[in-house]
Amino acid sequence: MRLLSTIKVALRALRRNALRSVLTALGIIIGVAAVIAMVSIGNGAKSQVESSIASLGQNIISVFPGNFTAGGVRGGFGTASTLTVEDALAIRNEVAGVVNLSPEMQDRAQILANGLNWNTRIQGEDISILDIRIWSVVEGAMFTEAEVRSAAKVCVIGKTVADQLFQGMDPIGQTLRIRNIPFKITGLLASKGFNYFGQDQDDTVIIPFTSHLKRLARRPFLNSIVIQATAPEQMARIQQDITDLLQQRRNGKEPDFTVRNQQELAEAATATTKTMTLLLGAIAGVSLVVGGIGIMNIMLVSVTERTREIGIRLAVGAHGSDVLLQFLTEAIVLSIMGGALGILLGIGSSQLISRLNNWPVLVSPTAVLGSFVFSAVIGVFFGFYPARKAAELDPIEALRYE
Amino acid sequence: MPAVVQLDEVHRIYESGDVPVHAVRGVTLTIGRGEFVAIMGASGSGKSTLMNLLGCLDRPTRGHYHLDGSDVSALDRNQLADIRNEKLGFVFQGFNLLARTTARENVELPMLYSRRHLSSRATHDQALKSLALVGLSDRADYFPSQLSGGQQQRVAIARALINDPQVLLADEPTGNLDSKTSVEIMGVFQQLNAQGITILMVTHELDIARYCQRNLIMRDGCVVSDVRVSARLTATEELRKLRAAEATAKLTA
Repeated sequence: MRLLSTIKVALRALRRNALRSVLTALGIIIGVAAVIAMVSIGNGAKSQVESSIASLGQNIISVFPGNFTAGGVRGGFGTASTLTVEDALAIRNEVAGVVNLSPEMQDRAQILANGLNWNTRIQGEDISILDIRIWSVVEGAMFTEAEVRSAAKVCVIGKTVADQLFQGMDPIGQTLRIRNIPFKITGLLASKGFNYFGQDQDDTVIIPFTSHLKRLARRPFLNSIVIQATAPEQMARIQQDITDLLQQRRNGKEPDFTVRNQQELAEAATATTKTMTLLLGAIAGVSLVVGGIGIMNIMLVSVTERTREIGIRLAVGAHGSDVLLQFLTEAIVLSIMGGALGILLGIGSSQLISRLNNWPVLVSPTAVLGSFVFSAVIGVFFGFYPARKAAELDPIEALRYE
Repeated sequence: MPAVVQLDEVHRIYESGDVPVHAVRGVTLTIGRGEFVAIMGASGSGKSTLMNLLGCLDRPTRGHYHLDGSDVSALDRNQLADIRNEKLGFVFQGFNLLARTTARENVELPMLYSRRHLSSRATHDQALKSLALVGLSDRADYFPSQLSGGQQQRVAIARALINDPQVLLADEPTGNLDSKTSVEIMGVFQQLNAQGITILMVTHELDIARYCQRNLIMRDGCVVSDVRVSARLTATEELRKLRAAEATAKLTA
């Protein structure tokens, strides 16, 4: 009862000074709106990066060979020749939760076709690479499993290669020569554009990994193995199982391989935008704190201005706690009201920014809830000192105050 | 006559400055239920300090104060606030009404902090009843700025009465009013006193003190005179005289 009427008194006091209340809350309104708008923009940028990472495939684990060392010369990452097709088969057969797997070979070569030549990437892959990379063949067809088994001289090409060598002609069924070995083009890959690292994903020729091993590289060692796991939660376990399996196959020798997952890559890529979001949010957060100080300032003025009123209340029997509650309520109502208006303004302005600049904007519920809670906390924090000052006034002196 | 206020060798010493100020030096005083007492004295005589002590706004440094039978000299801040709320009513020189708050809401203020919880309906009725006691039923929804000084002081009296106090304390209640309005306010006090309310009033106006039953005079922190008023004035009579004088003035003008 007493609490309720105290809150009523506080609300009435705010209504009486409507303009001042709004101006005081403006600090919080702008602060909250800024936090929400900034975090939304940051999140939008982050989701854009994430979706470009996702185009590389979902739940991807890669196995790379270790580095080779000979006569004191240390080769770089992935230079050792230790990863075999048998390793890949063992992973496919023995590790649970592997959906797709492709042993990978990578090379660059000058290729010839239609009287033109072009330097491009030659990838040796299994047919499952299309599923792993969420890719498809738009014209013709992917080479078949049988062709992989028989190390056939077939290939599918990216759009850039098709444009460079065939210039509008239909490439399907044509032959292209890689290191003088003729490969028949069975399909044209869908255009994937540039990836996050600025690499043209369409500038490639994919051949069966068996053909690559047998006809181009002429060695039994793979450049990498790419694996797709069933679910993100399984990633850590599968990564560990692969490590254990390969370790076991090497009979306790020094590990000469590295197992990585794409999560790490994605994390590294989103780290920048995360930092940016944090930075923007922090700057906006400063304005929120400044808004809180504004509330404290006005509350202090209000306490001084209403010293006599406080004196009267104390004289007729208000406890210090009643006065404290009254002023604290005013501060909290101001900041919560500011917080609520700030949320509306923040969401509105981020939508507006998104429309005007064509930026992806993602309003984060965490930011909305967080800034709202924060503004309430600011109300308590910055309202407490003035409220306590009011509560501790001496009634005699407060009544005498001019 | 049972004592409602009993002071026993009460001292109040302020230690705030370099030299301690001995504002009240051993006052012993008994005020019975239903009395109407004026406390007079020059400024610095300690009458305001005594009033603060009587009003439980301050605690005596030494000595005891029994209000309505219980010792209130050692109560803490919140207990004193409850005593003020339940047993005392205050009327100030400057009215001390809350601005931009209606007369009725001003009167309701002490009930807001009362330990008896009344519904807002009951609070409302109580406030109107209290306003009726001072003859302001028709001004309940007026703001203080729309009321005359005398009316504002009546609202303050209504506020002081709302919790049925044991003692009504008035600190220079006529200090800001003209003489005719002062007489009207004394009329309100006399009327309330006739209904059995104990009134303690600080004033420095001799003619105002003559409306009371008993006059105390303070000097240097001590009560130096405590007399019954022999030729007591009644407000109704004085007002009648004032009106007659006004009428004569109009006729001769």
